Amino acid sequence: MSNSKLTAAPPTEVVNIVKNRSRGKLAPGEKSLAASPGTWFVWFGIAAFFIFLFGIVLSVLVDSLGKPWFNTWLPETFTLGWYQESWARFDLTHIIGVTLLVAFSVIIISVIIGVPASYVLARSNFPGKKLVMLLFLLPILIPPITFGIPLATVMYNFGLGRTVLAVILVNLVPSVPFVIITMTPFIEQINPAIENAARMCGASMFRVFTRILAPLLIPGILAASILVLVRTVGMFDLTFLVSGPRSDTLVVAIYRAMTSAGGGEARQLISSMGVIYTAMMLLILIIALRFINPTQLVAQVKDSRED
Amino acid sequence: MMTSATHTGSRARGSASLRHRLAERGVDTKLLLLVPAIVFALLLFVYPFAYGIGLTFQPLAATQEQWGGGFFANYVAFFKDAFIFDSVWITLRLALPAALFNVLVSIPIAFKLRSKFRGKRMLQTLLVLPITLGTVLTAQGLLIFAGRQGWLNRFLLENGIIDQPLQLVNNYLGVMLSLIISGFPFAYLLISSYLSGIDPSLEAAAKTLGANWKQRFRRITLPLLAPGLATTFILTFVLAFSVFPSARLVGDASGETRVLALMAYRAFSEQLDYSMASTIAIMMGVVELIVIAFVFLGRSFLYKGSTGGKG
Amino acid sequence: MTRSTNTFDTLELKNVGRSFGGQNALVDLNLRVRAGEFIALLGPSGCGKSTALNCLAGLLPLTHGEILIDGKRIDVLPSEKRDFGMVFQNYALFPHLSVEKNIAFGLQMRNLPKAEVTRRVADGLALVKLQDQAKKRPGQLSGGQQQRVAIARAVVLEPRLVLMDEPLSNLDAKLRLEMRTEIRRLHQSLGLTTIYVTHDQEEALSLADRLVVLREGRVQQIGTPEQLHNNPTNWHVADFMGYRNIVDLEVESVVGDLARVTGRGISIMATLAQTAAVGDTVRLAIRPSDLVVTGPDTPSGRDAIQATVNVVEYQGREFAVEVTTTEGQNLYVHAYTALLPGSTVRLAVDPSRALVYRSSLDGVAAPRELSAVR
Repeated sequence: MSNSKLTAAPPTEVVNIVKNRSRGKLAPGEKSLAASPGTWFVWFGIAAFFIFLFGIVLSVLVDSLGKPWFNTWLPETFTLGWYQESWARFDLTHIIGVTLLVAFSVIIISVIIGVPASYVLARSNFPGKKLVMLLFLLPILIPPITFGIPLATVMYNFGLGRTVLAVILVNLVPSVPFVIITMTPFIEQINPAIENAARMCGASMFRVFTRILAPLLIPGILAASILVLVRTVGMFDLTFLVSGPRSDTLVVAIYRAMTSAGGGEARQLISSMGVIYTAMMLLILIIALRFINPTQLVAQVKDSRED
Repeated sequence: MMTSATHTGSRARGSASLRHRLAERGVDTKLLLLVPAIVFALLLFVYPFAYGIGLTFQPLAATQEQWGGGFFANYVAFFKDAFIFDSVWITLRLALPAALFNVLVSIPIAFKLRSKFRGKRMLQTLLVLPITLGTVLTAQGLLIFAGRQGWLNRFLLENGIIDQPLQLVNNYLGVMLSLIISGFPFAYLLISSYLSGIDPSLEAAAKTLGANWKQRFRRITLPLLAPGLATTFILTFVLAFSVFPSARLVGDASGETRVLALMAYRAFSEQLDYSMASTIAIMMGVVELIVIAFVFLGRSFLYKGSTGGKG
Repeated sequence: MTRSTNTFDTLELKNVGRSFGGQNALVDLNLRVRAGEFIALLGPSGCGKSTALNCLAGLLPLTHGEILIDGKRIDVLPSEKRDFGMVFQNYALFPHLSVEKNIAFGLQMRNLPKAEVTRRVADGLALVKLQDQAKKRPGQLSGGQQQRVAIARAVVLEPRLVLMDEPLSNLDAKLRLEMRTEIRRLHQSLGLTTIYVTHDQEEALSLADRLVVLREGRVQQIGTPEQLHNNPTNWHVADFMGYRNIVDLEVESVVGDLARVTGRGISIMATLAQTAAVGDTVRLAIRPSDLVVTGPDTPSGRDAIQATVNVVEYQGREFAVEVTTTEGQNLYVHAYTALLPGSTVRLAVDPSRALVYRSSLDGVAAPRELSAVR
């Protein structure tokens, strides 16, 4: 509902006001933004941040494309050779395959486990609810290394070390609570009377879920899934503890290449892997953003009120 | 349902069965939906955690010999071995300023960017970018961009702003920069979402009552924002506290950025001392929870109301 | 649309009760509903009327008692098996389904053939005059339209009982009047047995065949609108039925049905609605419209109340006036001429329209409630 409100074209007056403001024409009573030192601070901070951000991204990109690049602004010649070399050397097909396999397995399992739990937490009060909430909050709050090391020890004891299964399992530990914590408020804002209305129309509990709840939950589930995806693909600490050569995800493979014995691999090889990583992440996000607004989870109610 | 149907027929009163009384307290079949999540948490979180705690009391013979203390040898070593214990301060020296900086800088920026303007969505989308970069990539980029021969130093040198290249990586500063680049967008997005949860009419009301912007901020907005700020601080602190790859890659891993996570990992994979690794890992959790507890304590002093919204 | 086939003769509620963690929300509700009746459950918020409705719907399990339809227990059936239709206060439309799909939902749940679903949805849309909005989502409709969809969704099922939970409370005043007529019209044409929950006595009086007044989970009175309007059983019902002037007085004398009550600058003859003896403290209840302003010139008989005008509100045909008696008791009066604030007036009341009640409510004496109810 609010989604349609967001995408709907704003009334022209609003657009005009916004345009005027950005041209420096101020609405009556509006204070000028140009002079105050606070404003300068804000824009300076944002500028500095973006200089670093783009510097980092562009450096890696240029580095991955340059033949020799030492004491100059730009490399002397450009090449795509580093990509070919790193792809072959590190078997990136396999690594990316593992990364995607892990990410999607984690998403599916954590949604299947997490969404029913968040439904209960959103809809009913029961003795010990606070304890259960704490149980789901701790894996998010405690540093990954803290539970990761005992967990990895257990994994190795069970002979799961360095397997893809272990990588999936360790990534589930923060992901399931993450889905629960983000989905609970989302479900809370769905009017419970809607479920009652469906039951009064003669729908069984099963049909209430499939016909009414599931369609209403899908935007929230998609948003939570994207966040889990980003977290899992980017999750270094936990994956690193249990993965081995055949079960490394991309981010761990890059780290290993950077720190491998003998001062690490050639910098350009690593940069090209980094570009591949970023490109993969952006591709996933662009595809995902076509379907969903990631701020939906938090901003849904508020945005509609602003309009 | 069937049980209550059969035996309530004759007695109109007192038909409240046990099932019914439980249902009144919220215990009903719905709770079964929680079971998978709880089983999962017990198997993959509680059990390994408990196992890890048990492991800390089974120190290696070498640790016992060197530090004494029997079952507690790992803990004795943790507190007495300056090489290990110093990393507590090293970690805090990185994580606290980073989290504080990210939160404090985000407040004015979130305030200035509160009103709608063209390109706001664009700006917010760009801010999400570093979250997708991840720590390893940020480290690689920083090494190239801010290294001795990187664009940053080159620009500053050629414009005569500095004579010597700035040492921005492979030290404390490098890790700090990486923590800011990955932590600031996160803090900003959270704070601006908390800020948008505060009803603007409250500030308008304060304005009509004659409060100037300083008074409005201090008396109205800040108290309402405080719980959100505390939460943001905790979350950014947690992120910065468990810093690991960047401490190794853009830091000085054996010196000023020898953080707890790194120490735990070394014990785990290099020395294969699982009991010591678990000890450091669990003490790391303890230190973090102590800091969080302090923030909560401070928050209860500041807390004057809720932001009136979730998120 | 044809008259519902799966109808019944009587719906019976026997000692129905519901408690929440030891708190009684509803106690011993006994009610027999005949087919086709329109029953309103009336009371202030927290009186248990919504609890009663939800128990009837099966959304809340009963703590005590049973619900029978033609002698068969239905309180053991889950909501979806009871074949009732329900209209919710905040409409509870399915936001992801179009208007017609909302209306079709219940029919589909009954696995009716497609052609019949289409036909009945079309009938339902026509019934609430929303044919043009069939493809829209609920979010694109106004409040009144949404409520019409909710009503259509409930009545297309031709349920044996329609439950309405304050369906008009979210609408603005004008729309509320329109929808009230609409609901009455639907009930007259379809004859669906309806139980309607409201806190608005005017709504209840105008819609219902019989009213059930509840207070703190207990039934106060069950009767036709006329019975409740003219003869409330206790002061609480009177207060709810628009007897805005409720004054604590003392019985001076009793003659048959009539008593002279005095105090607070008032001394009049009134009808004993509940028994009282000389010297008892009682509650006098009078509607503002039954207090006649006679002007200062008329001879001051013993039964005239002398008062000073405080506030005058213009209300279209008449003026709502607040006056204060010589002993500081505020009274509310309707006048047909504009009175000047500060002027002195005399008020008179027909003894048959001034009702005297015991100040206790069946042992639950609670003077505090008087202010809480308002």
